[in-house]
Amino acid sequence: MQQIELKRGLDIPLEGEAVRTIGSVRRPKVFHIVPSHFEGITPKLNVKEGDTVLAGGVVFHDKKFEQMNFTSPVSGKVVAIVRGERRKVLSIDIESEETIRYESFDVKEDLRSLLLKSGLWCLIKQRPYDCIALPNKEPKAIFISSFDTAPLAPDYNFVLNGQSNQLQCAISALKTIAPVYVGLDKKADSSSMFKNLKDCTLYEVKGVHPAGNVSVQINHISPVNKGETVWTINVQDAVLIGRLLTEGKVDMHKIVALTGPMVREAQYYNVLPGISVKELLQGNVYSEVPCTYIAGNALSGHQVSLDDAISIYDNQYTVIDSGVETHEFMGWLLPRFSEFHSDRTDPATFLDNCMTRSLFGKKEYKWDGRLKGGLRALIMSGEYDKVFPMDIYPEQLVRAMIANNIDRMEQLGAYEVAPEDFALCEYVCTSKLPLQAIVRKALDYMKSEIE
Amino acid sequence: MFKRLYKKVEELRPLFAEGGKLHAFHSLFDGFDTFLFTPSTPAGKVGAQIHDGKDSKRTMIMVVMALVPALLFGMYNVGYQHFLATGELVRGSVTCDLFWKAFGFGFLAVLPYILVSYIVGLGIEFTVAQWKKEEIQEGFLVTGFIIPLIVPIDTPLWMVALAVAFAVIFAKEVFGGTGYNIWNVALIARVFLFFAYPTHMSGDSVFVRTSGTWGWDEGKTLVDGFSGATPLGQLATTSDATLIPVDFWTAFNGLIPGSVGETCCWAILLGACLLLTTGVASWKTMLSVFAGGAITAWLFNAFGPDTAIAHLPWYMHLVLGGFAFGAVFMATDPVTSARTETGKWIYGFLIGVVAIVVRVLNPGYPEGMMLAILLMNTCAPLIDWCVVQSNINKRMKRSQKKEVAL
Repeated sequence: MQQIELKRGLDIPLEGEAVRTIGSVRRPKVFHIVPSHFEGITPKLNVKEGDTVLAGGVVFHDKKFEQMNFTSPVSGKVVAIVRGERRKVLSIDIESEETIRYESFDVKEDLRSLLLKSGLWCLIKQRPYDCIALPNKEPKAIFISSFDTAPLAPDYNFVLNGQSNQLQCAISALKTIAPVYVGLDKKADSSSMFKNLKDCTLYEVKGVHPAGNVSVQINHISPVNKGETVWTINVQDAVLIGRLLTEGKVDMHKIVALTGPMVREAQYYNVLPGISVKELLQGNVYSEVPCTYIAGNALSGHQVSLDDAISIYDNQYTVIDSGVETHEFMGWLLPRFSEFHSDRTDPATFLDNCMTRSLFGKKEYKWDGRLKGGLRALIMSGEYDKVFPMDIYPEQLVRAMIANNIDRMEQLGAYEVAPEDFALCEYVCTSKLPLQAIVRKALDYMKSEIE
Repeated sequence: MFKRLYKKVEELRPLFAEGGKLHAFHSLFDGFDTFLFTPSTPAGKVGAQIHDGKDSKRTMIMVVMALVPALLFGMYNVGYQHFLATGELVRGSVTCDLFWKAFGFGFLAVLPYILVSYIVGLGIEFTVAQWKKEEIQEGFLVTGFIIPLIVPIDTPLWMVALAVAFAVIFAKEVFGGTGYNIWNVALIARVFLFFAYPTHMSGDSVFVRTSGTWGWDEGKTLVDGFSGATPLGQLATTSDATLIPVDFWTAFNGLIPGSVGETCCWAILLGACLLLTTGVASWKTMLSVFAGGAITAWLFNAFGPDTAIAHLPWYMHLVLGGFAFGAVFMATDPVTSARTETGKWIYGFLIGVVAIVVRVLNPGYPEGMMLAILLMNTCAPLIDWCVVQSNINKRMKRSQKKEVAL
């Protein structure tokens, strides 16, 4: 088995890890399907108000690739189509039936057309551009990372417990399209369900975050060259595909980890996409201070409001103190004893390293959502390199991205990266640059110019 | 207490906001506001929702703190050299009284330079920030602290003011501010003085304050045979090819004539320790400057021309003049230095090489550090280009190999 050892990176000791229990969420009446969850597509509606859909029934499709469907998680009646400016579809609201009726699919069908038809195609992402896989491109390989090293990330060994069958089924089917590679965590114990997967190439990754990021693994195993396409699938999403192949129906139930220092009882929940964030939280949050609700992890997620719907991509929600009520006196000068430091510019780090850790063991840190500084031009050098374990110059690539210089981006490896790979760079950046937003914008621009 | 202060600041905020009476000073207000309280700006909607505590202010203040030992010793040395020149003090017999007297004299002599540097520089920064509607950038906190340390103590204040204004405007603001400048701003101030007013920047009489300060100790007669020449100045002018003006430890201790902050190696070393432990400066750059200087000086020792400066032992080169100060505080400026890790080795090494080459081979300039750093500032993007290009070539080759295989 191939081994990858990563020297660079950083683990962030955020508190509020989900305990290994699965809570239940009351199924709400109305589900929201939000087209903007699917980046890079233009929705064309297949339903109108009053129509009835089955779970797995088409709600809308992409304007460019018409065969790419997006389907409903539940069966029921379309009660509202909410539109915004210029009639943009904001959400399609479906009133759920008591028992979900599923549309049945013929699993003997060609995998590509089955996935496109069933609405699960959107779970396949691709490098370059980190977008939904373009159906007109042939991938050279399919990568699945079986673990996530982001702060408080769900433990997929727990999440997918008992579903190895479906995962294996998905991998065996995907193998007919391109060779499948599955990344294993070196730290995982031998009982890990992923070690026994067949029909794929397994490799082990040793290192701290972002070792679990699939781009990092691709960069070390089979880097994406110009003109090549690599597919990536989140491991839980692969199970959804497996479920379709074994049961012939689209069952979008996912296990989502609710985590973070502001969550009272952090644990896992079995949910259907389309419910609102409020319903997932159910008041399970400390409310003394204003909170930031994050879809995803604290490093690469995005803020959501309580009324937003949970998307099919979500595996984790994080709640942290937003920090807007924290007014820190001379934070740039005084030592911060309760904060985690990625380097040694804070005198508290010394005391932290010498005393607290040896005397009291693991220390608990205080976290909030402030930037803790003003936006500046790039000043410090070499900061990004320390947390970017790929054979790419991150700072130079970001500069090319800011300058919208496509040739230079191409040369510097923009085909190999996704915004999440820059999450740690953004965390450590002294100049507080919004790197992931910059990368997202640049990749979209590149896609629009090249494709 | 902080809460009340915060409330006060919040009460003042509308005055400086758009449409407020004092809107013309909003950059000043913002500056003080962010100085007092870390801004509570939340992270953007997408992207990292948590951020590390370090910011540009914290990094800059670390450099300022690292410069403090060199400044304090520099002040003492200014007084020490003055009283040595007037005969009030004899080398090797400093009493406690004399120590404080010398420090006091130096403090008063150096203080005006710090004030002028900060007032002129920050004044321009505040104005530009106001004009561009940006936050005040902290870069000048360091630059303004370095400038008084690298000029001779007899430079007229108006010249310093002019040099600071020139450097801040033409070496920084026209390029876009901190982070965009090509050359080290403090060195541009010095190089401006060096070429605009050469008589005030080198020679035997500029590095020791022979007149008084603030009316104290004015008009004293100097001791017989006084010479204010720096060791490097003596080496450049001597005809004795075997001259070694000071021994290693005297030079290391720094009680010799020279620019305010550059003479004392142990004070600079203290600063270097802080910069390296906090990781603000790159150890690669620092180490390679010393390596480049040592190797070049050693080569001159072995194969160089028959002049005093070429015969000067290699280790003396590292402790004399501005070499150590430049290596620790100016070569490591991240903005103007090479930005790739491999590039830093090359960049630093060449600074060391060029500095010694200028010292030994150029008859006009006794010191080469300033020119070496500025020259390498100019070349740093080229070095980075080469380093990054090798990564690019590797990627291109990889994708071509693929094409052939297909």
